[in-house]
Amino acid sequence: MSSQSRAADDLTRAPSGGLQGFLRRYVFSTDHKVIGLQYFFLALVAVTVGTILSLLMRFHLVWPAAHLPFVPGGIMTPEQYLALITMHGTIMVFFVLTAAPQSAFGNYLLPLQIGASDMAFPRLNMLSFWLTLLAFVVMMAAFVVPGGAPISGWTAYTPLSGLGEIAGPGEGMGQSLWALSILIFCVGSLLGSINFIATTIDMRAPGMTLMRLPLTVWAWFVTAILSLLAFAVLFAAGILLVLDRVAGTSFFMPAGLVVNGVLQTNGGGSPLLWQHLFWFFGHPEVYIAILPGMGVVSHILANFSRKPVFGYRAMAFAICAIGFLGFLVWGHHMFVSGMNPYSGLTFSLLTVSIGVPSAVKTFNWLGTLWGGRIQFHSPMLFAIGFVSFFVTGGLSGIFLAQPAVDTTLHATYYVVAHFHIVMGVAAIFGILAATYYWFPKMFGRSMNESLGIIHFWLTFVGVYCIFMPMHFVGIAGGIRRYADSTGAAYLAGFQPLHRFMTIAAFVTAAAQLVFVYNLFWSLRRGAPAAVNPWNATTLEWVAASPPPTDNFGGRFPRVYRGPYEYSVPGAETDFLPQNIPPVSDTTGSTEQRHAG
Amino acid sequence: MPVDTVAELLQRGGGGHSGNGAPFGSGRGGNDNSGTPQRVYVTGMILALGGILMFFMALISAWVVRRGFPSSDWQPIELPRILWLNTLILAASSFTLARSRRCLVAGREADHRHWWGVTAALGAFFLVGQILAWRQMLAAGLFLTTNPASSFFYLFTAAHGLHVLGGMAALLVVGLRSTRRLTLETATRVAALYWHFLGGLWLVIFAILVVER
Amino acid sequence: MVSSQLRSRGSASPALLLAIFLCLFVAVTVYVFVARLYPAPPPISQDAVLVDRQYDLTLYVTGAAFVLAQLGLAYAVLRFRDRGQRASFLRGNVALEVLWTSVTLLAFVGLGILGRNAWAGVRFTPPAPDAVQVEVTTNQFVYTFRYPGADGKFGRLDPSLVNAPAGNPLGIDPNDPAGRDDIVVSDLTVPVDRPVELLLRSQDVIHNFFVRELRLQQDTVPGMIIPVHFTPNRIGQYEIVCTQLCGLGHGTMHSHLNVVSQSDYDGFLKRRALVQ
Repeated sequence: MSSQSRAADDLTRAPSGGLQGFLRRYVFSTDHKVIGLQYFFLALVAVTVGTILSLLMRFHLVWPAAHLPFVPGGIMTPEQYLALITMHGTIMVFFVLTAAPQSAFGNYLLPLQIGASDMAFPRLNMLSFWLTLLAFVVMMAAFVVPGGAPISGWTAYTPLSGLGEIAGPGEGMGQSLWALSILIFCVGSLLGSINFIATTIDMRAPGMTLMRLPLTVWAWFVTAILSLLAFAVLFAAGILLVLDRVAGTSFFMPAGLVVNGVLQTNGGGSPLLWQHLFWFFGHPEVYIAILPGMGVVSHILANFSRKPVFGYRAMAFAICAIGFLGFLVWGHHMFVSGMNPYSGLTFSLLTVSIGVPSAVKTFNWLGTLWGGRIQFHSPMLFAIGFVSFFVTGGLSGIFLAQPAVDTTLHATYYVVAHFHIVMGVAAIFGILAATYYWFPKMFGRSMNESLGIIHFWLTFVGVYCIFMPMHFVGIAGGIRRYADSTGAAYLAGFQPLHRFMTIAAFVTAAAQLVFVYNLFWSLRRGAPAAVNPWNATTLEWVAASPPPTDNFGGRFPRVYRGPYEYSVPGAETDFLPQNIPPVSDTTGSTEQRHAG
Repeated sequence: MPVDTVAELLQRGGGGHSGNGAPFGSGRGGNDNSGTPQRVYVTGMILALGGILMFFMALISAWVVRRGFPSSDWQPIELPRILWLNTLILAASSFTLARSRRCLVAGREADHRHWWGVTAALGAFFLVGQILAWRQMLAAGLFLTTNPASSFFYLFTAAHGLHVLGGMAALLVVGLRSTRRLTLETATRVAALYWHFLGGLWLVIFAILVVER
Repeated sequence: MVSSQLRSRGSASPALLLAIFLCLFVAVTVYVFVARLYPAPPPISQDAVLVDRQYDLTLYVTGAAFVLAQLGLAYAVLRFRDRGQRASFLRGNVALEVLWTSVTLLAFVGLGILGRNAWAGVRFTPPAPDAVQVEVTTNQFVYTFRYPGADGKFGRLDPSLVNAPAGNPLGIDPNDPAGRDDIVVSDLTVPVDRPVELLLRSQDVIHNFFVRELRLQQDTVPGMIIPVHFTPNRIGQYEIVCTQLCGLGHGTMHSHLNVVSQSDYDGFLKRRALVQ
């Protein structure tokens, strides 16, 4: 048995040292790889919960009168539906789309890709994970307290979210737990961001200049900067909301509110202030969700096209531009909010401008494929899928970026379609691509390729079936966050489309079981993987599969070239790893001379 | 280049497992993986200060928005007079902290400890003074929810005060030489960054509270 | 025992499948949009027509980009699948980068600038001075509409006087003479071809006023009075729906906009004045 598969078994077999050894190695570990996997499996649990919630929602939309066994009262009520959408959105945005792309894969791979032995602050890293886990537990608790989960949406607009129980079921303890969970999550994210940024700045191996960083590292780096600045603002907003809810302040609560006939005693706050603060965080948040996926896609497209990334500098610059502009556009969520209409126009122009670096990235992905030698392994399929989804979802955003057009589409299913395609699909495909790609490195075993291909096709077709019709429901005036179609008369006309989407949703969700099965089966029984199964160039493929605790077994790499030197003319192989010295270099015999 | 100097310092001073033995390159990235380089702690603190700054800027922007409403319920509050004294105390503590660090660099260990202790004492006086300010507010009938101005007063002072409390803990930990991974030079530098930042932040908050009267 | 991950995976089937699917996907999507299989209902005001024009323009530009990008992806994966060829070592092409960056910038920012007029016409210009004024109040989960009555003035509102069961859902101050002739109804009746100004307000949480045919939507925010205006040009009854999540009754909160002839409108006012 090779040392690689022994190392692989280490991860899956109970180690010696009994309970204490197990706890120190896999539970309270400061090893960035363990922490990354902890985030990954937390995100896996969260996405399972979030998907089940969404299936319940979709089911209710089509069969609202059906008896459901586990629903208190038998038939789902509108407030239960609203609790589902609130928790679905919150869990997916925070505990899946922030946790997995950045905290899971970033934690695991950033030190490896820059040739470091760990993150800059390993203990802080561990604390970040435990805070995130605590936040998840607190969030889940909202389901089981009296009144249930909150009903104000993941956006928690005030006054609805600030009034307490009189505003509706779930607005008492449920909303308070939600707010507490978000506050804890913010702290975990902030600490994580500090780690990512400091590590990228100070811990790079010799020769790893900024322009030799893999695009994944660029993405995690910029994402961490966004995270640091945005979550700090969300934290402030959350504090103010908690104060309004429990201490009787009126930051967001105007005077003269009459709720259910009862005059409230608040004084003169502004509901729009919450929206400004929330979306100042909320818009960078969606770039936090997508940028790591963009980095992963660039990385994988190059690897499996056997070509450098087309326009590496432009790609790095585009990541920075998207990150920077992402802070200037939050008002496009507020065109009809009562905000100054002149601000609306300003936000609109800035928003369409983000389309430019986004388009640059898309063109460059096509350019990376162009003239390549494309190999359709499962990571590559998901990366290609990402490009398709990003084109669709990005372009649909152009409609929403213009206030006049947004006036007809705001809060309709068109918006839901748009953000699901970019976040709920493209970003997810980024996570799936990353999983298939780095699984051999993380676990020393291969995932089953046939199952991966089946998973890809079912999902790729399935999610387009779910979310493309949704655009048309929105254009025709189907309103989001409606528990059923018993309101305005025209809503009933969308039922056939809703039925199609619901069936597609169930089929696609079922298809994910293929992935879950593949994942867990391969953990134990996958074929042992080589150190560099994809013939890739970046530093993580120098380390063993899986890497030892210090990542490189004491022999830390030095970097001699950029990250995507594939098919270099005149080279023997079609890839030149970053750590192999140029042939003319005669320094030191301790250097590795082969890819390992 | 500074990077190479620090890297050489690490090589000379540190043990730990060896790196790859090759000379460091001329490009950025000189981490030889013999333990976390000291400069990382400074980077980390600067980043943390960035986050804290954004947090307070969010609170301040909430204040700006609220202040700017045409509604009639913004009543400027009378600031407790002790706030002026507290401001002087906190400003002084930055000077004593800087002095303490200069003594450390000059090798005057005893003086360094002395001024470090004075800084901590001034910090404690500041916090006590803030609590006294709160008591003066309460005595004047200005509670958290009395009016928007009082809400922001308590919000700003509480948020800042909690951060100062954290700063006191840092001063204590460094003063007791309880940092294991940081050298004394790095630890004092990092603590000083934090402390001076809080001092500057207080000046901004104080100016806001004074101006809106 | 290394798994042969690098067996050449260039066989036609994944590439062909991807290309075929992407082409089908583009075809179906373009067809549904072009054939307007699920259109918004016809517009009933000139401002709404401007919005539709901007929507169409956006559709052409983004549609072109959509088709080109998806088909480009399909072509690239098919043409450059691994057939044993050597990949071309292409780091980039500055001229191309500059070209497509400029084109995109012009197209997107151009769209944004062109979209100004549809927005400005509604939001930057005040309504005509003779506009019919109606105050719209939203609360969980109803719309209440108030007309100023014969005196043309709205009576003073006092939130502490709100008492829906006693017939005063808006809290009109009984001591204010201007309020005595105010007409309070639960759906919105307006005359055709005359400008209408709505004063939107909310009693409890944020709601919204949306009429699809007007292409007009605006949140109602407690603590604010937000004016919007429109000039309907077609008689008929249209749905008013709430699009801002406002609580458990959000999905059932709706009312009707009745656009009637001037004489019918006068009749409506007269009838309601008798009732008040």
